[in-house]
Amino acid sequence: MSGLNKVVSNYAEALEGIADNMTVMVGGFGLCGIPEGLIDQVQLLGPTGLTCISNNAGVDGFGLGKWLEQRQIKTMIGSYVGENALFEELTLSGEMEVILTPQGTLAEKIRAGGAGIPAFFTATGFGTQVAEGKETREIDGRNYVLEPSFTADFSLIKAWKADTFGNLIYRHTARNFNPMMATAGTVTVAEVEEIVPAGELDPNAIHTPGIYVDRLIVGSFEKRIEQPTVASKGGTK
Amino acid sequence: MSLSREQIAQRVAQEIKDGFYVNLGIGIPTLVANYIPSDIEIMLQSENGLLGMGGFPEEADLDADLINAGKQTVTAVDGAAFFSSADSFAMIRGGHVDLTVLGAFEVDQTGSIASWMIPGKLIKGMGGAMDLVAGAQNIIVTMTHANKRGESKILPECTLPLTGVACVKKVITDLAYMEIRDGAFHLLERAPGVTVEEIINLTDGELVVDGDIPEMSFNSQNGGS
Repeated sequence: MSGLNKVVSNYAEALEGIADNMTVMVGGFGLCGIPEGLIDQVQLLGPTGLTCISNNAGVDGFGLGKWLEQRQIKTMIGSYVGENALFEELTLSGEMEVILTPQGTLAEKIRAGGAGIPAFFTATGFGTQVAEGKETREIDGRNYVLEPSFTADFSLIKAWKADTFGNLIYRHTARNFNPMMATAGTVTVAEVEEIVPAGELDPNAIHTPGIYVDRLIVGSFEKRIEQPTVASKGGTK
Repeated sequence: MSLSREQIAQRVAQEIKDGFYVNLGIGIPTLVANYIPSDIEIMLQSENGLLGMGGFPEEADLDADLINAGKQTVTAVDGAAFFSSADSFAMIRGGHVDLTVLGAFEVDQTGSIASWMIPGKLIKGMGGAMDLVAGAQNIIVTMTHANKRGESKILPECTLPLTGVACVKKVITDLAYMEIRDGAFHLLERAPGVTVEEIINLTDGELVVDGDIPEMSFNSQNGGS
């Protein structure tokens, strides 16, 4: 009996059941706060035809760039995807469909999906390409677009610390999309830097309660920095 | 003389008031942080989940977990807070951010803005720009008045795909400070040495010029460039 203990022993167990044509959410903003080991394992397992929901699409050869290399993504849903050359090639050749979604709308679609809200109205994108084909409504004199929410078969997220029950704490701006994705996956897998016994984390400090987390694994992270910028060399401050 | 990028940033900084929460976009808007008067207290919001963004870190303090929306490593000031992307855009969409400064390719006299996509060029995505323009009560757009071929970017109607409709109220270019209201640009200030005629010639949208137009002043104590 494992009870509420979410810890799995290896990456194969962490991603058991992932299959072709699934929808997979992947946490992170750029390369900050991405589940590096889980991404590598999906590359190893090789499911294809995936619909991938992630703010960005990694860089060439790292992060989601690895799934692109293996042509595992059929549809990419994100807000900013221009950081790798292969992405451009796959988009232009029509091998991969891209659905660009405003960043705040993306975050809210995921939050709503996890919270059992099927759609919501937002002013973001009204009158732009984003609203094409979508229901709109005027409420109190302002125009809004109806945005359906998102859920996923698997949510792959990254946190800093966890306890064995799957309570999670994120660090700095590595939080980003991870908390909402944790709530929106049928199976949510969290890759973390450290796991402590349940009871050792302050309940007041928990960002994601363990109810949302199904599987938990300690990863090893390269934590690559996309734009290392220091005071002496930067343009400002 | 048209303003340099630093001077545009300096003029924008004069619009930042004590107690403001401010979101600065990429490009010229980023430079605004260098000209915030030292006698006011403000916080910079970074839409990836940081309120209280500081300057770039020293080499020894580089932290992969602490970046800005441009994915550069940054620091957090005393009193900063971290939060999720959903919370971040609740702040933005909910109108809690006092001022948003962002760049644009085109702005028109109805206040619509095009800033994210040029057909035929690589499409990278809108990031948070559509949310920012839809949510902020107070948006300043910084841009050059005309493109390199001398064609106006201050238009009757945007020609590029829109980022937002009827949302921009202030534009600060290398030539002028304009407000948008009642379907027209209203000239408030001109860059030092730039004539009203020069501005009229480079403005394709309807431009209202009411009385004498003062030159911008740059007498702030933090005026270095």
